[in-house]
Amino acid sequence: MHATTTQSNSHQVPVLSLHGITKIFPGVKALDDVKLNLYPGEVTALVGENGAGKSTVVKILTGIYQPDGGTIYVDGTATHLPTAQAAAAMGITAIHQETVLFDELSVAENIFLGHAPRGVFGLIDRSAMVRKAAEILKSIGAEIDPAQRLRDLGIANKHLVAIARALSTDARVVIMDEPTAALSHKEIQELYELVEKLKAQNKAILFISHKFDEIFHIADRFTVYRDGQFVADGRVDEINEGELVKMMVGRNVNQIFPTRVPNIGKDVLEVDNMSHPTEFAGISFTLRRGEILGFYGLVGAGRSEFMQSLFGITHAATGTIKIDGEPITIRSSADATQAGIVYVPEDRGTQGAITALPIFQNITLPSLKQTSKNGFIRLAEEFALAREYTQRLDLRAASLDTLTGNLSGGNQQKVVIAKWLATQPKVIILDEPTKGIDIGSKAAVHEFMAELAAQGLAVIMVSSEIPEIIGMSDRVIVMREGRRVAEISRSELTPETLVRHAAGI
Amino acid sequence: MLRKLITSREALLLGAIAVLLGLISLRFPNFVAPSNLASVFNDTSPLILLAIGQMIVILTKCIDLSVAANLALTGMVVAMINVAFPNLPVAFILIIAVMLGTLMGMVNGLLVWKLDIPPIVVTLGTMTIFRGIIFLISDGKWVNSHEMSPAFKAFPRAELFGLPVLSWIAILAVIVFTIVMTRTTFGRAAYAAGGNSHAATYAGINVGRTQFVAFTLSGALAGLTGYLWVSRYAVAYVDIAGGFELDVVAACVIGGVAITGGIGTVGGALLGALFLGVIKNALPVVNISPFWQLAISGAAIIIAVTLNARANRRKGRIILKSAEQPA
Repeated sequence: MHATTTQSNSHQVPVLSLHGITKIFPGVKALDDVKLNLYPGEVTALVGENGAGKSTVVKILTGIYQPDGGTIYVDGTATHLPTAQAAAAMGITAIHQETVLFDELSVAENIFLGHAPRGVFGLIDRSAMVRKAAEILKSIGAEIDPAQRLRDLGIANKHLVAIARALSTDARVVIMDEPTAALSHKEIQELYELVEKLKAQNKAILFISHKFDEIFHIADRFTVYRDGQFVADGRVDEINEGELVKMMVGRNVNQIFPTRVPNIGKDVLEVDNMSHPTEFAGISFTLRRGEILGFYGLVGAGRSEFMQSLFGITHAATGTIKIDGEPITIRSSADATQAGIVYVPEDRGTQGAITALPIFQNITLPSLKQTSKNGFIRLAEEFALAREYTQRLDLRAASLDTLTGNLSGGNQQKVVIAKWLATQPKVIILDEPTKGIDIGSKAAVHEFMAELAAQGLAVIMVSSEIPEIIGMSDRVIVMREGRRVAEISRSELTPETLVRHAAGI
Repeated sequence: MLRKLITSREALLLGAIAVLLGLISLRFPNFVAPSNLASVFNDTSPLILLAIGQMIVILTKCIDLSVAANLALTGMVVAMINVAFPNLPVAFILIIAVMLGTLMGMVNGLLVWKLDIPPIVVTLGTMTIFRGIIFLISDGKWVNSHEMSPAFKAFPRAELFGLPVLSWIAILAVIVFTIVMTRTTFGRAAYAAGGNSHAATYAGINVGRTQFVAFTLSGALAGLTGYLWVSRYAVAYVDIAGGFELDVVAACVIGGVAITGGIGTVGGALLGALFLGVIKNALPVVNISPFWQLAISGAAIIIAVTLNARANRRKGRIILKSAEQPA
């Protein structure tokens, strides 16, 4: 992989610097020898696709993860950040995607929780706390009463409180992880002003965002990661959007996708004008036998929400759904499964496998009606069904009795897929099917997906990984902010078009 | 299969009980005589019955604190019925007791399912309400032995193949509920709902309804035990089995039932109950104050929970940071 570095500001010493940082999770290198420099009074944008390693870096910087290799320098001195407290003491603070605050406490208490000013007998000095909170809030131009309870504030003001909290520790490095995700246009403008104020106070800011307009508006520098590796860094005013997109999505040479000759049949699933009061609106498409339909979009574009609605997990949606031309009503996941639609969720930890149950019981869980009679399970049929699908997925385990929690991630994923295939569906929705698994397992999942389509199953693949979308899809629907913004045929698929539609640039 | 059996939590607990019995027998060989062991088992039977019901409830990530109050209320009602209609056959009494207990379990289950109230709050409330109702219907008076009909009192003590009926009922419940939990779709749903309610919902399982059924079963067992308790001790009053719900929960926890749901077996609940039963019966024999029983069962709970937490820790890590080793 080519790494380019622009050294236009080499006289300046970074406040914080990562050298050769590596972080390994069982079987996956989340970060592989990456670097990152943050300079005082400058905003550095960390850019990368999902799985590039951005959140792992944030966790290392804030003392939550320990790197397996490499060095962290603060003011040029090698440092360890063994705990979150140690990171805070070094002046490193993070404002997270989902603000971690306490609704029932006052604004001042939220700001100073854990480091409140102390008075006699070590008790909290309330008046000093309120006074200091008011000072900090004023310094960021927030008109919030420190005595107010947090729950009474709007989302934007809560964000300001989170920022005030970050500043209350005399932070020198402020990490903003997707700070604008929940903000309206006007609030984003206010956030920009705030970032300018922080810059004027000589703070070093790490800005993590998917949105290109924000990056080019606010950042002075950029650093690009891809698949846990450092790709490039430099000054934002020396590149353009197209170049940044290229660095971000540059195709991973290690990944080879199965060659397939799509054998596309008649329409299986017709979705017409599906809308939800708050999550998505006006989604229509048809899906045919043997087709792989990709759903691409940024995180929070409403893809998973739409799929969950299609599968009957969330209700409230309007619109019509037809299977083989017959209109169907889906009120629960059992209805959807009955109709032939199954959903393999993104998060196998919370939504996929039941880790305390053995493999065979996980696989037969949605098919219990077929393997039981009068409420009694027929063990022989259950085992036969489980065995058939573990063999089809080439899942190797000591025995079908093995607890699913004792399997590796890739094998757990296979259990989840086997579970849904065992219901003999017509449409299978795979939500981020290869998230968090290693390249070898990814290839196996891709092979398998191609095989399913070849057998006539209609596949919907929700993915945020551009290589996967391009490598696997016959057609791609791009969603942005809850709406379908583009439908791209296989011949017109390029990384640039995908990113442009998804980011709205 | 055999290795799995030997290394299981249940085997570990069985070993612990055996060691305990061995230690006691060093000084009091009579304690391990078959007849005494049978009487310990009989004495523990009510705890076993309630622990089975509680196990199912905890499995679905709930808790039932109202079991002892349910037992006491059912016991009082059937005792008063017996006083009013001394000639009513025991079979009817049994049916009434089970139905009444079932009804109370259904109330708990409906509140948890339909109103989405946390189970600990629901059953704390119904526990107090059930005790209050006993006071209202009995005026705080006792129903004593001489008021009860002989048949009413004789049933749990009647001997069948050398064991009292009470013991046989506990044995039967262990067998029936082992089958229910391992071989029926409800049992599977209970494990799934407690193990991962999201995944269970995705698989088409109605988690709330499963919890409702669990509470109903727990209530039915508590009702059944209510009659057995009152007839065995030949007395009914407001405070019988006061605080017994904590012994029941303790038996489950010691038996390896995870308080977070999804893990546990009927056999585990049985062994947890027997462990407490052995301690309770052995302490007077070895001349230790019964108050030590509380401390010992408390220590047993903490040790059991620590062991379970340790056993589950490694597993949790694989779930979170998982991936196959690269080839």
